Amino acid sequence: MIPAIVVFIYLAVVLYIGIFAFRKTSGRKAEDYFLANRSLGPFVFLFSLFGTNMTAFAILGASGHAFSNGIVTFGLMASSSGLVIPLTIFLVGTRMWALGKRYGFMTPVQMFRDRWECNHIGTVIFAVQAVLLVPYIIIGIMGGGTTLNAVSGGFVPFWFGGAIVALVVMSYVFFGGMRGTAWVNTFQTILFLAFGTIAIIVIGSGMGGFSSAVQAIANSPALAPLLTRERISPYYFFSYTFIPLSAIAFPHILIFCLTAEKMAHFKKTVIFYPLCIMAIWLPCVFLGVMANRVGDVPQIRAKQEARRVLATQGKTMAPEARDELREKSAGDDVILLLLQRYAPLWLAGLLGAGIMAAVMASDSQILALSTMFTEDVFAHYGGKRRFGETVQVMTGRIFVVLLTLFAYAVALRAPETIFELAIQYAFSGFAALSPLLIAALFWKGSTKWGALASTLWVAAAVVAVAVFQQVVPAPAPGPSLVYWSLGGTEIISRTPGGTAVYGFMPVVPMVIISALLMFVVSKLTAKPKAATVKKYFDFLNP
Amino acid sequence: MTRKLLIVVVVLLYVLHQDWWFWRSAHPFVFGFIPIGLFYQACFSVAAALVMWMLVKYAWPSHLEREIEEDQSKEGRSA
Repeated sequence: MIPAIVVFIYLAVVLYIGIFAFRKTSGRKAEDYFLANRSLGPFVFLFSLFGTNMTAFAILGASGHAFSNGIVTFGLMASSSGLVIPLTIFLVGTRMWALGKRYGFMTPVQMFRDRWECNHIGTVIFAVQAVLLVPYIIIGIMGGGTTLNAVSGGFVPFWFGGAIVALVVMSYVFFGGMRGTAWVNTFQTILFLAFGTIAIIVIGSGMGGFSSAVQAIANSPALAPLLTRERISPYYFFSYTFIPLSAIAFPHILIFCLTAEKMAHFKKTVIFYPLCIMAIWLPCVFLGVMANRVGDVPQIRAKQEARRVLATQGKTMAPEARDELREKSAGDDVILLLLQRYAPLWLAGLLGAGIMAAVMASDSQILALSTMFTEDVFAHYGGKRRFGETVQVMTGRIFVVLLTLFAYAVALRAPETIFELAIQYAFSGFAALSPLLIAALFWKGSTKWGALASTLWVAAAVVAVAVFQQVVPAPAPGPSLVYWSLGGTEIISRTPGGTAVYGFMPVVPMVIISALLMFVVSKLTAKPKAATVKKYFDFLNP
Repeated sequence: MTRKLLIVVVVLLYVLHQDWWFWRSAHPFVFGFIPIGLFYQACFSVAAALVMWMLVKYAWPSHLEREIEEDQSKEGRSA
């Protein structure tokens, strides 16, 4: 119960920060509510931008993935992000910031509409972005319910935990807007940066140091591969470097780039981003692997047993039974289990608050969707002109409430795995939308038809992969199930963890074809007016 | 010249991420407990931060900063 009380205190602090931010805002001007008046300082900008991108997956998912797959998790998801994300912030984020300052853009779609002289094509891009973003909000509420339930030892039921998290997030987004969200994210980022260090010290000393545990894993034939990458294909490892392209294409990240007071604030963000990622992921990945040596926690033993049965008997099982075992062997809660085993109660509460901080990252997505709706739809189709800016901000706030209620209602009814899968597709989808930004900012010859072709391709590819994975059940651990081959070459395969195209993850062909469509269709269609192209490229690349 | 060199450095770093040379080996354990493959990727993160510092120092789009400052001083004067 003590950990739950600490988490509730944490939620109260978060709420206070949001309300405090509300006092600093006029609350009526759109730019103030949605972008904190483009006035964030370097410290808040760095930590809030980083915190916005660190979802529940960073702590719970990273250690869970490492529990099952080993040290490869860090190279797959963290170090590649440490290169690609700051690079895209440096190239795209700074340019979007400058365009936002000069022309007043508040969303990526506003820039696309102006850059390519389009109207409804911008609405199509908005719709695809919105559909890909909604699952994050739902999974955030689900994660909040699950975590509160776990840290309270089952005392707080899932529905109540989810409701509390939804209410707290909705309140500070409703009142504080971007300023409240940024401050809360800053507070949360500091918490989960501290979380990694404290967790590794507490668990490490509880286990009596890591050297003997690592040695024991290395000596066990079943566990030794977790210390190498021999179970992962180099094609898969390479494919994963395409996933971080999604970060800059996420509307909530790009909108955050517009909040900096000065462009110089990007400097620290770009330089420290790889180090911040390392500070969070390295302990989580390492502890996830180490959890395999904890033999006195029954839940961890049950996961290992499910993994063993899946590996030895999975091929002869029905797909449903395999899925059930896969769910049982998933390690998303191993870090919570390690804390319950090794941390004193009050510390487990503090660390639980750190995990809550990561789980509650859906705030910026809710605000981003509200910004996009009010700017790209309400204001674009005449609402702002007819009703004024105060009504526009009120619409944004009502949208925040309705979206949170919708997400909570869905979170209570739908199984979590559906949204976990949807997020998997969404990462690939947003990565494949990144050529739109590159083309808009760096290629004079790009056109609205090229952008439409890329966007429709992304939507179709995401649906196709989702349907394929629904129709063709995942095989047991081991070789992939070849679905379509040509002249002895595997074209499309169903792997235990997803889909492979020529051995690569779907994100690789999705990004390449999206870029090709942008290039070919733009070459074949009419360019925007010379004055529009000049307006952008005289400024961006004089 | 600096710009081309920086592009080469970024591409090289991207290639170095695919460290097939430590693919199947866990040993040596750095500090007695970190598998070499994990230690390499942690060093890669530090190298990425250094490359980002180089980009900020030598390829910063300062013309955008100047233009925005000019815009703001014009706005200030007209107000």
